[in-house]
Amino acid sequence: MVELRVRPSHYNSDGSTDIVLRELVAHLRENRSHLRQEWARRITETKWLTVMTPDEVFAEATAVYDNYLEALETGSIEALETYARSLSERIIPRGVETQEVVGIVLLLRDVLARSLFSKYRADFTELNRVLDAYEPAANRIANTVAVGFVQERERIIRQQQEAIRELSTPVLPVRGRLLILPMIGIIDPQRARQLTEQLLRGIRVNRARVVVIDITGVPAMDASVANHLVQTVEASRLLGATVIVTGLSAEIAQTLVNIGVDLGKMNTVGDLQGGIEEAERLLGYKVLPILEPSGNGG
Amino acid sequence: MPVPILKQRDYLIASIQAALNDEDLKRLREALVAQVGEFRSRGVIVDITALDVMDSFAARTLRDLAHMTRLRGAETVIVGIQPEVAFAMVQLGLTLEGVAAALDLEEGLSYLDRKTRQGVRGVSR
Repeated sequence: MVELRVRPSHYNSDGSTDIVLRELVAHLRENRSHLRQEWARRITETKWLTVMTPDEVFAEATAVYDNYLEALETGSIEALETYARSLSERIIPRGVETQEVVGIVLLLRDVLARSLFSKYRADFTELNRVLDAYEPAANRIANTVAVGFVQERERIIRQQQEAIRELSTPVLPVRGRLLILPMIGIIDPQRARQLTEQLLRGIRVNRARVVVIDITGVPAMDASVANHLVQTVEASRLLGATVIVTGLSAEIAQTLVNIGVDLGKMNTVGDLQGGIEEAERLLGYKVLPILEPSGNGG
Repeated sequence: MPVPILKQRDYLIASIQAALNDEDLKRLREALVAQVGEFRSRGVIVDITALDVMDSFAARTLRDLAHMTRLRGAETVIVGIQPEVAFAMVQLGLTLEGVAAALDLEEGLSYLDRKTRQGVRGVSR
């Protein structure tokens, strides 16, 4: 549980902040429907949340309002944190922006502050006392919601990056003991490394004896990546798998020879089809066409 | 710690269970090279599944072991190299050249079966 109440140093800590806060929450609860409507109106006015229908905005606004009051009252932002996370999960896929979420929470803060102004405007000392209690709490809440939203966004981005990285180098079993690794796009050292790790793990899991690495989709290759490829071939051999590299483009072939990469250990075949045929030969498979049923009467 | 050497049909199987020091490795090599002749073995399997590091001395000893047993008429296959170990080895240039490797004991046995069925020329692959 996180302690929410922050007492300014000039404020004596005899518990009167609690009393002020309770009074304040009572006031906000009394004017719940009015303030909520005012808030929703200002959200619409600012043209925020256009991806959501007014009904949805109002429903979420109600939930946020109640959570907001609860956080103010109990000093615990746990419930609000949970709500902020689930809200973010719901609205991020619909394209709600960070500025909208932060703006909306700040709007609520302002709407509530104004209502406090109008209530206590007669007594300046009392207003100060109320604001002393309200401001730190409100800022803390705004912070919580904004941080929750941004964290959720970052989590989604990380997840997607992971997915893209995984997708970019799939290790595919084709037949028993035979794996294909189609490499597509520019290979940088980091990707090359990850690819090797995935391949070695794949060899282990699938008990592969032959691997076909197809680099038809790789436009260019520099010396470090080429050496990495050679290392991958050697590491695979240490796990008992033979590697066949296919689809070297004319450019890559020339680069590799020019930079003097030792290709003696590499088993290369022109295209993926040839590579798979060679792999099948190594594994002792033979692919035969199915006989035409009409050709054989009985 | 001595490594137990098991005789199984025409093969000798040495299963390394813990990290070995240089002395242990040399003793293992000597024992295997001697026993290959004693039992007239056709193949040797060294299982290093339990090793999570491989230094240059160990790699060289294994390579020498393979070459020595080959001279004595037995093919050696190293099995159970962990993926991380394999990659670390090639980065250090310890590629066990000229030494057969297989995924695990089962694969090693089937490799040796294939090799020995091919007869004497089998060593040239």
